[in-house]
Amino acid sequence: MSRVIVITSGKGGVGKTTVTANLGTALARLGQRVAVVDADFGLRNLDLLLGLENRVVYTAVEVISGECRLEQALVKDKRTPGLVLLPAAQTRNKTAIGPEQMLDLVQRLQGDFDYVLIDSPAGIEQGFRNAIAGATEAIIVTTPELSAVRDADRVVGLLEAAQIQPIRLIVNRIRPDMVANNTMMSVEDVVELLAIPLVGIIPEDEEVIVSTNKGEPLVLAESRSTQAAAALQRIAQRLNGQEVPFVDLDSLQGGILNRLKRFLTQKVF
Amino acid sequence: MQLLAQLLEMMEHLLARPQSSSRNQARQRLKLILAHDRADLTPAMMEAMRQEILEVVSRYVELDPTGLQFELTAVQGNTALIANLPIRRVKPMPEHLPGEVGPREVGEEKPAEC
Repeated sequence: MSRVIVITSGKGGVGKTTVTANLGTALARLGQRVAVVDADFGLRNLDLLLGLENRVVYTAVEVISGECRLEQALVKDKRTPGLVLLPAAQTRNKTAIGPEQMLDLVQRLQGDFDYVLIDSPAGIEQGFRNAIAGATEAIIVTTPELSAVRDADRVVGLLEAAQIQPIRLIVNRIRPDMVANNTMMSVEDVVELLAIPLVGIIPEDEEVIVSTNKGEPLVLAESRSTQAAAALQRIAQRLNGQEVPFVDLDSLQGGILNRLKRFLTQKVF
Repeated sequence: MQLLAQLLEMMEHLLARPQSSSRNQARQRLKLILAHDRADLTPAMMEAMRQEILEVVSRYVELDPTGLQFELTAVQGNTALIANLPIRRVKPMPEHLPGEVGPREVGEEKPAEC
């Protein structure tokens, strides 16, 4: 039985789509058959992060309306064997998509793939309801900020009410230097507040923007392996059942000399 | 190098002001926010609950109104109602404890409607 994982957050801009693109790619590189589904109808982005925007012909809407077969809408990622994208429609179609249609789509994908990753839109309205309709588990992406954590907590409540289990947490865009200075909540703080199991910690990384510019997921760029890419790779391994220890954030702070420098320059009074 | 690391850690720890740090402020604010979100109690319901609890407690003890605290907070994934009701003095034993069957004194309380 394949796993259907919805990637959601409540708040927008915390990294759902980046996480979906990279986990999809990383899982496919672990030899899994993966379908990533863009559930953000009207504001699709997943095709851009995967660099597949020019190859989108049909979308989920045409599949649902019967204008094409499911296989015709799936875009194969040539760089990553085993990975396909089911794009969302960019224009809001007159035929509104509901949870039943999403559930139907997901169930049809389940037969052919080991993992179905659903990129949820921000918010907790209809789009979110659609995204979770076929999900059997969830990943919450949050950043160490008040609004993101608050929204994440709301979403956890809604997922629990929908009986989606397990719900796992990714803390994204953490800045170890700020945590050390007590100017940012730590991963432990966020985990304690949200009280759901942690599946990954992704440090803030400029390379994320570079990879978006190129339409090339971070985990593909082997030549320039970054901390964020390594973190995403480890999350994929954990999801896939491997025991992978969490990194010590101190090691991400650039070693002891940076720490000394920071300590000497920090404001004491 | 190892020693330096330990020394640094110690000094960082000593100089950290956890109470006033913005990290700690965020954490404390979120504890309250999440508790209220999870409980889904309207401010009106909170106020009504507060009034009723104070009314009950005040039958037995005299409270210090300046030190009253009454808030929801998040405790390890659960929501807890934390009430701090400083007592000025204990009132004399009421004639009839709740649950006891017996005639009530006239004027002690509103007569039960039936």
